[in-house]
Amino acid sequence: MAHFDENAKPFSHKWLNERLAVDTLKRVLSTEYWIPKNINFLWAMGMVLAATFGMLLISGIFLLMYYQPNTQLAFDSVNYTIMSEVGYGWLWRHIHGVGASVVFLIIYIHMFTGIYYGSYKRGRELIWLSGMLLFVAFSAEAFSGYMLPWGQMSYWAGMVITNLFSGGSLHATGLVEWIRGDYVPSQAFLNRFFMLHVLLIPLAIIGLIVFHFGTLRIPHVNNQDGEEFDFDAEAEKWKAGQKKESKVIPFNPVFLSKDVFVMGVYFILFFFLVFYNFEFAMDPVNFDPANPLKTPTHIYPEWYFLWSYEILRPFSTNIGLIAFAFAQVIFFALPFLDRSPNVAPASRRGPFKYWFWILLVDMLILTFMGKLPPVKPWGTIGYVAAVIFIILWIALPFITKSEKKL
Amino acid sequence: MADRRDFMGMALGAFTGLGALGALYAAKRTWDPLPSVKAAGFTTLDVSKAPEGVLITEMWRGKPIFVLKQTKEMVEKAKKKEISNAKGHKEIERLIKIGDSYFMITVGLCTHLGCIPGYRPETQDFLCACHGGMYDSTADVTKAPPPRGLDIPPYKIDGNKLVLGEEGPEYKKLVETGLTQRV
Repeated sequence: MAHFDENAKPFSHKWLNERLAVDTLKRVLSTEYWIPKNINFLWAMGMVLAATFGMLLISGIFLLMYYQPNTQLAFDSVNYTIMSEVGYGWLWRHIHGVGASVVFLIIYIHMFTGIYYGSYKRGRELIWLSGMLLFVAFSAEAFSGYMLPWGQMSYWAGMVITNLFSGGSLHATGLVEWIRGDYVPSQAFLNRFFMLHVLLIPLAIIGLIVFHFGTLRIPHVNNQDGEEFDFDAEAEKWKAGQKKESKVIPFNPVFLSKDVFVMGVYFILFFFLVFYNFEFAMDPVNFDPANPLKTPTHIYPEWYFLWSYEILRPFSTNIGLIAFAFAQVIFFALPFLDRSPNVAPASRRGPFKYWFWILLVDMLILTFMGKLPPVKPWGTIGYVAAVIFIILWIALPFITKSEKKL
Repeated sequence: MADRRDFMGMALGAFTGLGALGALYAAKRTWDPLPSVKAAGFTTLDVSKAPEGVLITEMWRGKPIFVLKQTKEMVEKAKKKEISNAKGHKEIERLIKIGDSYFMITVGLCTHLGCIPGYRPETQDFLCACHGGMYDSTADVTKAPPPRGLDIPPYKIDGNKLVLGEEGPEYKKLVETGLTQRV
């Protein structure tokens, strides 16, 4: 048995240390978790995401108190009860709606930062993969949450997205009905997506966030130059008082204080949107109650799904589904498709520089085209952009293989 | 005693595996549509009073059902036109004959991703606003992305009436020849 000092006062530092090793925990997880100095504000996006997830969790808890997962009551419980009866119900709803939209903006910035600086390369593959799992979990969370107000967009998005699982010519209607628990989205469907949204997926997200942090601890975060250095040696310098010479800073309190500053700026913008410009996150079509006998004239997903929706749309069903499935999983393969040994910003990596910017612009074009009705010339532009997206990923191993070692 | 430990490990693994399979099966069954949902899957349609050339929307299993009694011109056209992805078959084969009249009776959900196509009386065709798919007056597809015409629900002719959800001989023949798919 371990040694416990019988004179230690309950809950004193020593008492806690003997039982929980609080000093060791604090050292390993914060005061001696080293972060490079050579970073910029983009490195704060991880903590910004964690904080936004916190906002979603807290606002969600309050929404849960009055929401009714029932096809007859859901619409009014959101649009009437929560919005006009519950004190400050509108605040939670607007935080939740704006947060769900903004969280994807930050996720995309976080992802493209990683791609630009090569932060998915050797030693950091698991950071990328766990991050992609988080992206999938957040997508499922966003979709299931979108079902809950049971408006027209909820219903028809539910119809269209669950139909994707019929696999085109595979004609797996049995699978679709199994997912829905009915022939069409109905009570069983609403109830199970409610369960997924408030319990199963958030649990998975919390677990994945812990895993994502875990994958970061040993390889450490990347820096602006992709420079590899000895974290132990640099840490020794810092601890010896050579703070200026050392290339690293401790996570807590030094890095965190910078993070908190970025978060401060971010939350000013966030609450500006929540209080004054929340409409962008509230689609007007979803303020009509679900009607199984009438499709809205134009169906489109929320902006963060538009690029992959536009990869599905311009093709015939089967090819569209294959292209869509490709777009959903291909980002997972990034650490293995990039054959170059260089860990450096894209600007110093030859052809990869162009690959990065073409990919970014192409996804922006797909996003804009996805919002427009499928008529000429938008349909054609979307088609070309979808083909370019696929070509870019097929070309990636060849482009990066020929890259000169820096 | 490595062997005895191996045996214990395998026995534990096998029992846990069995339990996991059982739990998975129970989870799968819980997600299945309820018997009451399955039982409510039959609807009787009386189409004897349907007007010619006007689209009527009924409901079956929560899905919209299109009923379009064909005008003479529509029938004439359907006798000549081939089904777009079933060569050698004419569109008239997909129409349901009750008495002397021909009816287009289909599930009103686009075969692409399940939006409801809108009927345009002036051009006598359907346009799906979601992804731009088009169908003619017999619900055969005329413009992609939909892979095939609107699906015909399982039906059984009962005098002047139609029982949706039950597979009559006419419907079975349609499925066998590949002119519609089970929905």
